Amino acid sequence: MGRSKPSRNSQARMTQPFPFSAIVGQDEMKLALILTAIDPTIGGVLVFGDRGTGKSTAVRALAALLPPIEVMEGCPYNSATASKDCPHCAEAKPTRQVSRPTPVIDLPLGATEDRVCGALDLERALTRGEKAFEPGLLAAANRGYLYIDEVNLLEDHIVDLLLDVAASGENVVEREGLSIRHAAKFVLVGSGNPEEGELRPQLLDRFGLSLEITTPTDIAQRVEVIRRRDAYETNTAAFLKRWRAQDTRLRKAIVAAVRRAKDASDDSFKIPQAVYEDCARLCVALGSDGLRGELTLLRAARALAFYEDAHEVTRDHLKRVAPMALRHRLRRDPLDEASSTTRVERAIAETFGD
Amino acid sequence: MTDPLSIREQVRWATRLLAVDPNGLGGIWIRARMRPTGLLRDLGPMRRITPNTSDEVLYGGLDLTSTLAAGRPVRSEGLLKHQSSRLCLSMAERAGRRLTARLSMALDQGRGPAIIALDEGIDDERLDPGLADRLAFHLDLNDLHGTKEDPPADMTGIEDAAMRLADVHAPDEILRQTVMLAGHLGIDSLRTPVLAIRAARAAAALAGRKSISEEDMTLAATLVLAPRALVLPGDEMPEQAETSKPEDNPAEQSRKQENDVPEDLLLEAVKAALPPGFLDQMVARNRVRAAKGARGAGAQKVGNRRGRPLPPRPGRLDASSRIDLIATLRQAAPWQTLRRQQTPDHPARVLIRPDDIRLKRFEEKSDRVLIFAVDASGSTALARLAEAKGAIELLLAEAYARRDHVALIAFRGAGAEILLPPTRSLVQAKRRLGSLPGGGGTPLAAGLEAAGRLAELVRSRGATPSVVLLTDGKANITHDGNADRPLAAQDAERFAKLLTQLDLPLAVIDTGNRPQPQAAQLARTLRAQYLPLPRADAYTMSRAVSEALQS
Repeated sequence: MGRSKPSRNSQARMTQPFPFSAIVGQDEMKLALILTAIDPTIGGVLVFGDRGTGKSTAVRALAALLPPIEVMEGCPYNSATASKDCPHCAEAKPTRQVSRPTPVIDLPLGATEDRVCGALDLERALTRGEKAFEPGLLAAANRGYLYIDEVNLLEDHIVDLLLDVAASGENVVEREGLSIRHAAKFVLVGSGNPEEGELRPQLLDRFGLSLEITTPTDIAQRVEVIRRRDAYETNTAAFLKRWRAQDTRLRKAIVAAVRRAKDASDDSFKIPQAVYEDCARLCVALGSDGLRGELTLLRAARALAFYEDAHEVTRDHLKRVAPMALRHRLRRDPLDEASSTTRVERAIAETFGD
Repeated sequence: MTDPLSIREQVRWATRLLAVDPNGLGGIWIRARMRPTGLLRDLGPMRRITPNTSDEVLYGGLDLTSTLAAGRPVRSEGLLKHQSSRLCLSMAERAGRRLTARLSMALDQGRGPAIIALDEGIDDERLDPGLADRLAFHLDLNDLHGTKEDPPADMTGIEDAAMRLADVHAPDEILRQTVMLAGHLGIDSLRTPVLAIRAARAAAALAGRKSISEEDMTLAATLVLAPRALVLPGDEMPEQAETSKPEDNPAEQSRKQENDVPEDLLLEAVKAALPPGFLDQMVARNRVRAAKGARGAGAQKVGNRRGRPLPPRPGRLDASSRIDLIATLRQAAPWQTLRRQQTPDHPARVLIRPDDIRLKRFEEKSDRVLIFAVDASGSTALARLAEAKGAIELLLAEAYARRDHVALIAFRGAGAEILLPPTRSLVQAKRRLGSLPGGGGTPLAAGLEAAGRLAELVRSRGATPSVVLLTDGKANITHDGNADRPLAAQDAERFAKLLTQLDLPLAVIDTGNRPQPQAAQLARTLRAQYLPLPRADAYTMSRAVSEALQS
């Protein structure tokens, strides 16, 4: 009595997240995620915003949008080739490649270091007395995304560890008599609600792009959000079908941009000297510490140029990505009221005189 | 719907709607000191979880004890895998972020069971807002008295309704009205209107309608939107402090404009459907809650799980402990031959018994919580409240750099109030401090008591408290709230002595116009560092306080 069967939709929802193109508004967040898909070296994305603004939806949608990756069969580290650097492939020597969706791994709060880095395989150690490594979430996220909801509540030592691995692209485990290293190249996406605690400035700076998002305030837009969400939840298959074309177009655009980025590694694609200077001037005007700001700004602007199939990076590209690349790098008085977005915009206007 | 829905009827409706669409509606948050037996009975069988439920139980995993006994891996099935079941989270107010984040994740992915959160909290203790946001129905049964057995909810036609769900049409007008109404009630999260629509759809399916009607929507708004209301339409929010500032929040403005639209039928319908006074009550409650801010979840520490390693110790594996494998294997090694002789056919290569298990231990320095107890009485307010605020801001900035948590207590008028529970959020601390009004008597005893209580609470959660008291020491309100200067001084001394028994680092900052003998005396009683607030030099003071508390 009173127990219903699982709705016939839930099966589809488990495998098919909300389509990326169907997300209403939040253009800056969508752009940031697309840019990191084009150039993962931009670094992670940090999204700060209130509850129910679609942070998690966007990240999970991105996974479905991205083209699948080719991995060696059975490899828990998502290796593209059977190289001897991969702890699995070096032993198992798989021969077949299979394609797998781009991994987007959820890192839950309270995850232990064991779970994140991997640890001694308990099952094998206790039942068979073998010393074997059980890969953790970092291995699973290799060549994909690692998503941390409420990153500001994650314990500091785990965040440190994640950022280190994200920066070096390699996870090194040295404990319990194990010595393992494996590739862990992923884009870190963190989200959080600033009301509930902040991130240390040292950590803020390590994220490539940062965003502050709010719920749409326009009634028509809010209605549209509800309408699409409702359509998705009631009839997932039909909704996905309706948005497939747009998602496919977006995927093609990303794939094309990635290809252009690859081709451009020889020097058919130039970044004008003036753009380098603009970068430096903007960062100096804002007083951002270190050179990470400049580098990220440049990379993001270049990714945007690839995405839009431009011939070269222009000041316009720079201006459009500057807020997301710089707003978290301002040396701030923690008690300053002015929002950092406003400060970046002001600096852009002053530096470029328009 | 002519008669207002009583709480009992709301409960029965929530039960029925959840049964129709458990995946879409997420669950019910029930605040009740007494177990709502009738409701739980109507919801049907469910699995129980507690705040301590481990990941193995939620996601499934290796069942260590059985594995060791059987000599082959025995896996337990995770509770979150069962799609059609329901999970009952008891003591939900105690559930930490670790658990609620996992449940929220399962709900977001549209899989896993519906969650019935039984929240037995008093006052400020409550379910994590992140999870609460995802549960459609919020029911407060604390005011429900009487012992009479509730009639069971009518659970007929549920299965048919569940099958019809996807065919129910949601007209645009209904969607628009829901969003507007949510806006009028001050609800920012977009999850809420989505849940309201889902509830309305379930109601329509239950009634056999092809399209959501006004009646369904009224019911859904009554059940889903009304309990979350922050604003009563047509009244201005008294202090805009809670959401962001009005000038940079166009939502606020558009909302105000919308308020001018007189004909809001849905709202009227909802008001009519609710018991008289229900909405006002809800709004008052939620506002207090919003003002108290998010629970400082960062402050809660389950146990010491990191830090400098200590030698392992024998023990039972549970959610909060980690096995030290090497030590465990080492412990088991000498017995292998003997055990093999006893059980020659055991399939495992290494024979381990549960009492071989060694757990890891760590020693860790716990977080520090800086408790500011601020005298905001008239005598201080006139002279130095602004300067004291400036000094606190500086200390806050320092605390932020050191990753300390801060808490804020204000005492004025008849008593003391915790303005900000321990948190790391500077934004909140600043906001609370900025809006701290001054004036009234000096209930020093109450202030000392509140500081002591909070310090004890902080300590019980495994952190280290220190107290900074900002006052001129001129107590004139007794502990029970009467204006009687001599008695107030006695009370203050009594509570000061109690506070010293907690053995905390303490500092007293004299906020009087010139150094006050009473404040100096208080510092002596407290055996605390005494710092007269030097003229207009907040920096010196913040440094002095840091030094005083370091020692």
